[in-house]
Amino acid sequence: MTNPIKIINRYIPRLGNFPQLLVCVLLLCTGCDYSPWNNPYPNEDSAKNIYYDSFPERPKHLDPVSSYSANEYVFLGQIYEPPLQYHFLKRPYQLIPLTATELPRARYFNKAGQPLEEDSDPADVYRVKYTISIKPALLYQPHPAFAKNASGKYLYHDLDPQKLENIHALSDFDTVGTRKLLANDYVYQIKRMAHPRVHSPIAGLMRKYILGLDEFAKELSEIEKDDTTSGYIDLNRFELPGARVVDDTTFEITLKQKYPQFIYWLSMSFFAPMPWEADYFYSQEGMTDKNITLDWYPVGTGPFMLSENNPNRRMVLKRNPNFRGEAYPSEGEAGDLESGILEDAGKNMPFIDTAIYSLEKESIPAWNKFLQGYYDTSGIVSDSFDQAVQFNTQGDAELTDEMREKGINLQTAVTTSSYYMGFNMADEVIGGNSERATLLRRAISIAVDYEEYISIFANGRGEPAQGPIPPGIFGNIPGEPGINPYVYEWQGDKAVRRSIEEAKALLVQAGYPNGRNKNTGKQLVLNLDSPAAGPGSKASFDWLRKQYAKLGINLVIRATDYNRFQEKIRKGTAQIFQWGWNADYPDPENFFFLLYGPNAKIDHNGENAANYKNAEFDELFNQMKSMSNSPQRQDVINKMVEILRHDAPWLWGFHPVGFSLHHEWYKNAKPNLMANNTLKYKRIEPRLRTENRTAWNQPIWWPIALVIILLIIMLLPAIISYRRKETESIL
Amino acid sequence: MISYILRRIAYAFPILIGVNIITFVLFFVVNTPDDMARMQLGMKRVDDAAISKWKEERGYDKPILWNQDAEAIEKITDTIFFQNSVKLFIFDFGRSDSGRDIGYDISQRMWPSLAITVPGLILGLLAYITFGLTLAFFRGSYVDVSGVILCVVMMSISGLFYIIGGQYLIGKFFHLVPISGYDTGFNAIKFTVLPVLVGLVGGIGSSTRWYRTIFLEEMGKDYVRTAKAKGLSETRVLYHHVLMNGLIPILTGVVVILPSLFIGSLIVESFFAIPGLGSYTIDAISAQDFAIVRSMVFLGSVLYIIGLILTDISYTLVDPRVRLN
Repeated sequence: MTNPIKIINRYIPRLGNFPQLLVCVLLLCTGCDYSPWNNPYPNEDSAKNIYYDSFPERPKHLDPVSSYSANEYVFLGQIYEPPLQYHFLKRPYQLIPLTATELPRARYFNKAGQPLEEDSDPADVYRVKYTISIKPALLYQPHPAFAKNASGKYLYHDLDPQKLENIHALSDFDTVGTRKLLANDYVYQIKRMAHPRVHSPIAGLMRKYILGLDEFAKELSEIEKDDTTSGYIDLNRFELPGARVVDDTTFEITLKQKYPQFIYWLSMSFFAPMPWEADYFYSQEGMTDKNITLDWYPVGTGPFMLSENNPNRRMVLKRNPNFRGEAYPSEGEAGDLESGILEDAGKNMPFIDTAIYSLEKESIPAWNKFLQGYYDTSGIVSDSFDQAVQFNTQGDAELTDEMREKGINLQTAVTTSSYYMGFNMADEVIGGNSERATLLRRAISIAVDYEEYISIFANGRGEPAQGPIPPGIFGNIPGEPGINPYVYEWQGDKAVRRSIEEAKALLVQAGYPNGRNKNTGKQLVLNLDSPAAGPGSKASFDWLRKQYAKLGINLVIRATDYNRFQEKIRKGTAQIFQWGWNADYPDPENFFFLLYGPNAKIDHNGENAANYKNAEFDELFNQMKSMSNSPQRQDVINKMVEILRHDAPWLWGFHPVGFSLHHEWYKNAKPNLMANNTLKYKRIEPRLRTENRTAWNQPIWWPIALVIILLIIMLLPAIISYRRKETESIL
Repeated sequence: MISYILRRIAYAFPILIGVNIITFVLFFVVNTPDDMARMQLGMKRVDDAAISKWKEERGYDKPILWNQDAEAIEKITDTIFFQNSVKLFIFDFGRSDSGRDIGYDISQRMWPSLAITVPGLILGLLAYITFGLTLAFFRGSYVDVSGVILCVVMMSISGLFYIIGGQYLIGKFFHLVPISGYDTGFNAIKFTVLPVLVGLVGGIGSSTRWYRTIFLEEMGKDYVRTAKAKGLSETRVLYHHVLMNGLIPILTGVVVILPSLFIGSLIVESFFAIPGLGSYTIDAISAQDFAIVRSMVFLGSVLYIIGLILTDISYTLVDPRVRLN
């Protein structure tokens, strides 16, 4: 048999021994033990205490008073510290102090200034006061805004474009400083909500509640109109009656009316402290031109600080050297001790030194890198669901063998979200409180089989909703007493959707036998407006049409872009629509307000997209929102839920179940859907991660050798043909 | 030649104004300033006052193209179009709707784009010319026929398939390079291997066929027959005559795309998480950031016009018969 090397040498003599060497090297390489070549991080970082994760979308705002998005909270939650936080382990969700010394208690006063009881009538409450004491000696992260010279003068508070000539990033400032957290920093931040250039999304809401904030906003607007300079307004010069400093570690917030949900806002970054030095520093002339803004470079007291903000590639959080330290919780809910999540109880946090978040716009690369060990945790997209999860005979989700072999763990949790189908109650056909329309909506509620939807389109990751309140939030009643009797009946140990015959019977009562108008004989045509378009949505649209077709109703899908969809919702020209809501805080008020009449989209541009109005419901809402969680409040909630179920302004849809995966070296994983500051609890075992990465990512060389051999095999006949052509004689 | 170039530059202005108008009209047909404000301010709890304020700060409260309420020349100048367009002509891109300096962002993001497109162009030229020349050399033989069939097959496959397939095979299965990501300096090399390779393989089909056609056309010319009649070898004819003359259309084709290399690739950058100008544009479209969209469209137009002028100049350099008048 002919030696292929000889053939190569014969036809490509100039290459000498190179082909043999190349083949030998490649063959040798296949047996070598290498550090991974596909490691996207520097090899020297492998043993470091670094947490790796990805983010799909660049954050828009990092100014805590402007940010209102989960993908921004991933970073902000670790940097800024509002007075309160959610307990990491306890369920139902429980507020605990963060920088505050204790949970503030609302104190109520009547118009005469006399104190009132907590359960007093909201109409009698004239003022509500929260006095918040913060822990002493908390320090800000190192930052040039605090840097001072030997005489105590701020080093970087007199900047101008000339001095900034060689400054392109915050790290270009040579000197940094720090200072103690003061109560005034919280008051300053509340004042910033009213700043006309900051655009706080909750400014409108807070102006209704915080004493004097509305007037303060108007005053600042007037000042801003006259201001032609850099735009810095020294907020310390102004008094805000609703936010007042008592002493260095105590401040007081005064509300104009009873609003028990206010305390939840104190755990959000809107109420994080803002040092005036930072606001002034970033407001100096030339800073914005250099892209050095508070919206880009946060400054906080939290366990981490943003050391690299490159949202086009990666965001890097590093341990804040000035962080005071915090003890890992020593108690949780039942089962936490057995699960091992309390192993770190009492230990000082944070556990990790650095967190690197890489931008991954596409889910497939992100998923594959998780499987290679380059991300410590991952969600599961639909494309990868079957590879990761399977359902056992009991219908429970469990990991596939491939995942188990890698030591990957699965966490599931019902989210505090609702995905619903809304009916426009202002619509002549589907809306209104008439018996006809109500029966029509209830018939559709039965016909649209959300159990099937969850199974087909959400890989089983959802829980059919029985009302507006998701599980885990006060007011939600699990089991038989909590089912929606208009749509479900209890059979055995589970809720079963009522039959399509019952729905058809309701449709007959509504005046649409077999989906046709009993007077005109015409088929009922309904329109669903959707921002989803393209082939990806076709399957779900077809499914929806089939659900309505069960009743003989012709559903027309009016797909449009999101802008036009929003416009239709605002103007009330949409008939049926699908939407969702993610809880701001774990209180039923945060869901019921989506159906509160004075929040109707058409009339008030509020969040009530269905434009639902029911006087009794609105009255109960006002009563319920001022009550603390108690059996009395549960009674009111039950009445409200009953009204909603009867009127059926929404198809209640489902509450998504979040599935997340993490590797075995990732510790203290427990889903907490309310807390934004969970990075400090996470612990990594870098040694185990390095071992697994190395084992899973050994480079495979033989394909390269194969490609070269194939190329040679393909070229050989051509080379032979060429030589023959060159040497052949004309005659 | 200088007067020709100056004339071409003068012609560019009406083209750029036209491109700007079309961009404005298309963008504002799909997105209203209210939509843009909502996108920037967030979807939850945004009130009308905040939207008005946002528009006022960025000048989006003015009419788009014609201000009926203004006086005299201000009917044109006091519009979103005019206010946003004039500075573009001195390459002052201004600030994005989210507040960032667009010029700075472009200067930062063009390097990752170039890190992909420049090696892709050079290696692609080498490979495609080699393949095209090989097929032309073996014209009519089984090598040529099978090569053309392979090219047609490769042309027919979606570019997305090459990206996902490349990531799966080379990154995930063979573990040879990172699946996606980017780094600075020399560390960028390992991240650029896969996107360059994928771009190279994805372009083999169409480019090889194009180069083959160019070389075949040259090989049928009289001077080739004369060279062969003089007794020159096939190799000498191919490399010294056909290749050199075939380079004229290749060169002009390459020069026209040279400036556009800055713009990067939209899909490749998105899939490989390359922080270049391609993903910058895509992000801006998704975020309805008109300031970035109009800047990138303007920049693309300018670079294309520069490319066309350079092409004309390159004609005179490679073919002495051509004169620019």
